[in-house]
Amino acid sequence: MLKPSHFDPVSSEILGKQLKVAILFILVVFGILILRLWFLQIVNGPTYRARSEHNRIRLQDIPPFRGMILDRNAEVLVDNRPSYDLYVIPEEIQDRSQLLNRLSSLGGLSRETAEHLLDKAARGYPFKPVCLKKDMSRDELASIESHRFDLPGVMIYVRAQRHYFYEGLASHVLGYVGEISENQLLSSQFPKNRPGDLIGKRGVELRWQTQLNGIRGGEQVEVDAVGRKIAVVSRKAPASGANVCLTIDKRLQSLAEKSLQGKHGTVVAMNPSNGKILALASSPSYDPNRFIKGLDEKTWQDMVSSKDFPLQNRALTGQYPPGSVFKIVMALAALEEGVVTPEEEISCNGSLSLGNATYRCWKKHGHGRVNLHRALVESCDVYFYTLGRRLGVDKIAQYARRLGLGKETGIDLDTEKGGLIPTTQWKLKRWGIPWQQGETVISAIGQGFVLTTPLQMANLISSVFNGGRMYTPQVTEWVRKANGESLFEFAAISREAGIKPRHLALVKNALVGVVNQPHGTGSKARLNDIVVAGKTGTAQVVALRKEGASKREEDIPWEFRDHAWFVAIAPASEPEIAVAVLIEHGGHGGSAAAPTAKEIIKAYLQARS
Amino acid sequence: MLDRRLIQNFDWVLLLVLLMQAGISILNLYSATYPIREMGGSEIFLKQIYWFLIGFAVLLLATTFNYYALERLAYPAYFFAIALLILVLFAGRVTSGSQRWLSLGPVSFQPSELAKIVMVVVLAKFFSVRGEYKKYRLRDLWQPFILTAIPCFLILKEPDLGTGLFLALISISMVLIARVNWKSLVILIGASGLAAPLIWFGLKEYQQKRVLSFLSPEMDPLGTGYHINQSKIAIGSGQFWGKGFLKGTQTRLHFLPEQHTDFAFSVLAEEWGLIGSVILLLIYLFMILWGLNIAKNSKDRFGSMIATGIVAIIFWQVVINVGMVTGLLPVVGIPLLLFSYGGSSLISTMAAMGILMNISMRRFMFQ
Repeated sequence: MLKPSHFDPVSSEILGKQLKVAILFILVVFGILILRLWFLQIVNGPTYRARSEHNRIRLQDIPPFRGMILDRNAEVLVDNRPSYDLYVIPEEIQDRSQLLNRLSSLGGLSRETAEHLLDKAARGYPFKPVCLKKDMSRDELASIESHRFDLPGVMIYVRAQRHYFYEGLASHVLGYVGEISENQLLSSQFPKNRPGDLIGKRGVELRWQTQLNGIRGGEQVEVDAVGRKIAVVSRKAPASGANVCLTIDKRLQSLAEKSLQGKHGTVVAMNPSNGKILALASSPSYDPNRFIKGLDEKTWQDMVSSKDFPLQNRALTGQYPPGSVFKIVMALAALEEGVVTPEEEISCNGSLSLGNATYRCWKKHGHGRVNLHRALVESCDVYFYTLGRRLGVDKIAQYARRLGLGKETGIDLDTEKGGLIPTTQWKLKRWGIPWQQGETVISAIGQGFVLTTPLQMANLISSVFNGGRMYTPQVTEWVRKANGESLFEFAAISREAGIKPRHLALVKNALVGVVNQPHGTGSKARLNDIVVAGKTGTAQVVALRKEGASKREEDIPWEFRDHAWFVAIAPASEPEIAVAVLIEHGGHGGSAAAPTAKEIIKAYLQARS
Repeated sequence: MLDRRLIQNFDWVLLLVLLMQAGISILNLYSATYPIREMGGSEIFLKQIYWFLIGFAVLLLATTFNYYALERLAYPAYFFAIALLILVLFAGRVTSGSQRWLSLGPVSFQPSELAKIVMVVVLAKFFSVRGEYKKYRLRDLWQPFILTAIPCFLILKEPDLGTGLFLALISISMVLIARVNWKSLVILIGASGLAAPLIWFGLKEYQQKRVLSFLSPEMDPLGTGYHINQSKIAIGSGQFWGKGFLKGTQTRLHFLPEQHTDFAFSVLAEEWGLIGSVILLLIYLFMILWGLNIAKNSKDRFGSMIATGIVAIIFWQVVINVGMVTGLLPVVGIPLLLFSYGGSSLISTMAAMGILMNISMRRFMFQ
């Protein structure tokens, strides 16, 4: 048995005294509460009764204006335009059938749709307006407005609708807006947003959602019997969202997109000395305006399941074998590791035999004896097979990673992919079998397991001409509120790749040669007055092509043709623009991708001067 | 074994009052959720019936053991509650910006509800051990201060301003009943005056806004200002006799916010008028006075102090909630106990009522 605290009459008496004070206090407080009720229910009761009978004070949201998105020259790419929406308050409809007849003749509204929407809403509150039609045309609006008095219960709300000015321009950068999803609501990722709100779903719209969104306002309004606003009781103004200025150059962007028309591929242009993205095009593309009007299920399914993947931003999420562009990495790795000197000549007779496998050079009869410079300029495969064997795959991977491959660049856009740089460990873990010699050989020319994104490639050539500094690509110049208050200003982010300047100089020199020397593979990117440097690449899609299959390009089915790469930078002495072009199934980099890169460089540098 | 005297001394009056209260609560919830139910939605009042059934089971359970056991359990229970309060900060379910709920499979509960009772027991233990008649000086009170501050801080962190301050109020009430010398009292009042600005700047922005919108409702016409306004219309329009059961227009048309939880009292006041609301208040007043009587007649100080603490819980919850819905106090989200919908709160209140009856039953037992 527990020992009770002993009973104590003195303590009990003291408690009794305290309790008396407490009871007094409690009675006073309850008295106040009852007086308050008296005041509300008796003194002011009639007033409140009247107010409750005419209580038509409703809360109405005033959605904020979403911020604009501008290009680097402050040209508007995305803003808002008014959309006139037709609403009906079910409780206030007098003759439903008559009303719907009128609406269908005046507002071009199909009866079935309207019936369906009203039936669906019948379970909700009868005073809650139901939207019957979004974004009416001017004519529809005018005819409904002029018949307003014959249409009890009908209201027209004006709403700001997101408007992508140049349909389809830079859609992969801008992204689009859509209704907030269940998951996003639950995760409180955007705590200020409510069901039904439109929020950024991708791209810049998503990245700066919180800033672009603005702050919702609202008003307590008094409405009349027909649901029209007769007085605003009180009001809180919404705050417009901040504007976002991009580093994208609208003109260059549209040029890049034009060059991709009818093709599958991507173009990335960036400023090599700070990482600002100047253009980022991915084809095929889509028009974000279509998402605003609301896509029907089928269109959406078509978009998502299409083999063309129009929603995919190929520059960031397209992972392609880099092909010969990877030779830039190989050359730097070999020089840094000292496995080759710039002067050493390696003989290429058209192929390299290893065990019972033969690895061919793209040039059937070989390049003869080539040193590093010529090997890069003429893109000799056998030379780099040899370097690959000398380095081993793990050393190659080490330098590839230093140069930003195999991981995301960290660009300020969503869903970037990192590509893949294989190592012996990776192979064992992923496939459970050890690394094969031959795999090193094909990795050396950017085939096999190696995967990179076009953005990484633009970044790679930038760093070579930058003294080895790797800049994180960014698309945002600034984010500022309407009153000028700054929320974000561009600041370059960079790290050192750690490559010796003299080695970089050798490679730079060779890349100039690729475009400007007689046998260079990138001669189609040559410009008269500007020194362009670059590297071609041709990435095989089908690993093994039949021996002697020297078919003509046109004879190969499209989906088996090689991807064409060209990575360029100009002017070589003081680079201002780096470009990566990838044309899916375009064939040879030198012919399919180099001219595009040239056009972009030319346009950009001409506009600047 | 259950002693025959226990049954003789069973507090039938309190049980009867509680049953009556349960009936009123369920009836009111039926009306408050009527518009939602019409839409084919919720069965909230049914759920509340289940909660009351569980609640009465808990209540009876809480009378079966001798409450001295609580003295020994006080600290382990206290640390358990603290652990849950810490857990909720990490693993709690996030609802509208704060983490107050712990999920246990299908049911979830608020650890802060448990913390209330546990704190009352721990403080009662402290004030009973010191069997002296001297008034407490400030320096004697560091222990209760710490015992209160820890759960308070954790609850404010969730953030749940209402419940955090509520805990502090209960603790202060118990200290005052236990007697403090007047010098300490002055210092206490002075210190809390000084602490006010500190608390103010420690508040989250939305909490500051709430206090401001209480001071001048027109500042926040869309949030609490609107709610208070609609609640006042509901209560006032009830006038003397009320509009009648299920006839409250404010309720039917869903003008009231949270009408089955925080604003349940407004529904009653609209439909049953001044008569109904005053009767409800008198029921609470009766419970409070009855509880204080139990405190006075308890055979030991531990029982007295627990009873006092439980009375403080009832009193402050009623005052804060009714004050809030009538526009006398800021909207802090404290439900009306034994009346608003909510399982956690109901179960913990019923447990507290059970302890109260437990003390009442054993007032004549000397062993």
